[in-house]
Amino acid sequence: MLRIEGLTAEIDGKPILQGVDLEVPAGQLHAIMGPNGSGKSTLSYVLSGREGYEITGGSVTFNGVDLLAMEPEERAASGVFLAFQYPVELPGVGNANFLRTALNAVRRHRGEPEVDAMQFLKLARVRMKELSMPEDMLKRGVNVGFSGGEKKRNEVLQMALLRPKLAILDETDSGLDIDALKIVSDGVNAMRAPDFSALIITHYQRLLDYIVPDRVHVLMAGRIVKSGGPELAHELEAQGYAQVAA
Amino acid sequence: MNAINNAASFLARAEALSTPVWAASTRAAGRAALATHGLPTRRAEAFKYTDLAPVTQAAFGAEGQALALPALPAMRGHARLVFVDGVLRGDLSNLPPRPLSDAAGLLGSLAHATQPLAAMNAALFEDGLFLDVPAGEDAGLIELVSVVTGAMGPIAFHPRHVLRLGQGARLTLLDTSDGLAGLGYLHNPVFEISLGEGAEMAHVRIQREGRAAFHLSSVHTAIAARATYDNFTLNAGGRLARNEIHVSLDGPHAMCHMNGAQLVGDGQHADTTTDLHHAAPDCGSRQTYKTVLAGRSRGVFQGKILVSRPAQRTDGYQMNQALLLSETAEMDSKPQLEIYADDVKCSHGATVGALDAAQLFYLRSRGIPQEQARSMLVEAFLTEAVDGVGDDACRAALSEAVAGWWVQERSTAPQAGRA
Repeated sequence: MLRIEGLTAEIDGKPILQGVDLEVPAGQLHAIMGPNGSGKSTLSYVLSGREGYEITGGSVTFNGVDLLAMEPEERAASGVFLAFQYPVELPGVGNANFLRTALNAVRRHRGEPEVDAMQFLKLARVRMKELSMPEDMLKRGVNVGFSGGEKKRNEVLQMALLRPKLAILDETDSGLDIDALKIVSDGVNAMRAPDFSALIITHYQRLLDYIVPDRVHVLMAGRIVKSGGPELAHELEAQGYAQVAA
Repeated sequence: MNAINNAASFLARAEALSTPVWAASTRAAGRAALATHGLPTRRAEAFKYTDLAPVTQAAFGAEGQALALPALPAMRGHARLVFVDGVLRGDLSNLPPRPLSDAAGLLGSLAHATQPLAAMNAALFEDGLFLDVPAGEDAGLIELVSVVTGAMGPIAFHPRHVLRLGQGARLTLLDTSDGLAGLGYLHNPVFEISLGEGAEMAHVRIQREGRAAFHLSSVHTAIAARATYDNFTLNAGGRLARNEIHVSLDGPHAMCHMNGAQLVGDGQHADTTTDLHHAAPDCGSRQTYKTVLAGRSRGVFQGKILVSRPAQRTDGYQMNQALLLSETAEMDSKPQLEIYADDVKCSHGATVGALDAAQLFYLRSRGIPQEQARSMLVEAFLTEAVDGVGDDACRAALSEAVAGWWVQERSTAPQAGRA
């Protein structure tokens, strides 16, 4: 599904990723853990196509296609989804309008018919109920005045509606209380399928109690320094990054 | 120095007009002002950012030969008055017009010849609207429609519109200026609006002249105690457009909203200049202007608030925001507060910026193509301004005009393809 080889990237001339090698097979959930400044968020932005990052080497293929050559919207349309660590507020853009526009953009790309406002509402209501989201969140501006937890739920709602093949969850657990964490995790777990993969970026092992990964990778100083099973997350939590990576 | 008066051609046209008695003193004041001062150059502080040279250098014919009537904008209400090339057309209107001569006593009472755009209009006005809403009456929605025909040569027209609302009267005026592409005409409307005590007027203006046209308009409004004036102006057409609003809050608890949007495309210059006078205590004013600039274009916002000594407990607010969609667009803003009362709440702010890269990326990361994402953010920027318009029909007309401008802009202007 996702193959990253020798990926190096810098921002404003400062090297951040220094040779990342990673493979996520179809149907698997992989966690990436690492201390602050290790390059976790940079990796998620580079994969989703945010501007401002200079790719200096290596390659990323998604289902055999060169991901780095694609525009952000093409990546999204072909099935890559980034759940933002800090979801962006869009004052003046209604959430319903935003969600339906995104859904239809992706559906067009897949050759599926677009959904009208009524059909969309039906779809959205089902998903929102699963995420315990009040319906008035559709009427508000995108993420405007949303609490931290509501923003993260809105990210998971987008994922559920867009049905990506690869979800990158960038610190989706940050700012969530236990109840919200459980709801969000249930939303991710519900996506599990043979053709769905996820890259779960997190600081803490807490999220991985709810979303159990197939593999855990440790990212330090822009490189994957260690990989292992789910137990590696607990090791990290108990001993710290320096100890485990040594 | 004995330079040639830059308003010479306007004066020559004014001389050629036959002047009825009721218009004589207004015309004379206008001509005298033009003869003495000409039209302002950029040396004049109020015209520092807007150069009228293209207007003074253009040769406007006295009267063109009216050609085929262009399509009129869709009806939004039941009552409309239609002006073609600045002349009221009874056959196209469905409201019995009152002759402007009936407004003789009001002419020039608010729009003084000391204001250059008002002076030009005074010297040359021939027709206009006179609306007199009696005390206590609700006139509902009335449309003032201005269109131009493809006349023989470039023409200039200077309608003078006089409106008076009696005590407690109400009116919504939807005032639309449409034009023809490629026709270099001048539309120079002046409004004199007096609101009696407790009167309420919503004035929604859609300026959608042809891209080669000049639009120089000036609104002069006096608001009595407890009366409310809501002005929303969409400044979207013309090669050079200046929209002045002069408002005086004359009685306690009077209220004024001045909002608007400027849509400035490649080759356009749009100027909104507000001049607000808090003359009485306990009045409020709110101004929010949004400007979107694309291609090689220039936008101007000048906002003056004068709070006189008696105007205690004034509550004033002014905000102007500009969104630059290209590297070659330019925005000049000049807020100006003059406060002589000591118990006053008055704030102002201005922002100028490009589309937010993080917002754009967020939309694109959801599969929304770049151009569509840009559109969504531009619309969102303008929504805040347009949403404040209370009348549904007017708001619909505005939304349509905004969408129309954006479609035209995207299809014609060279977008720099910036993220």
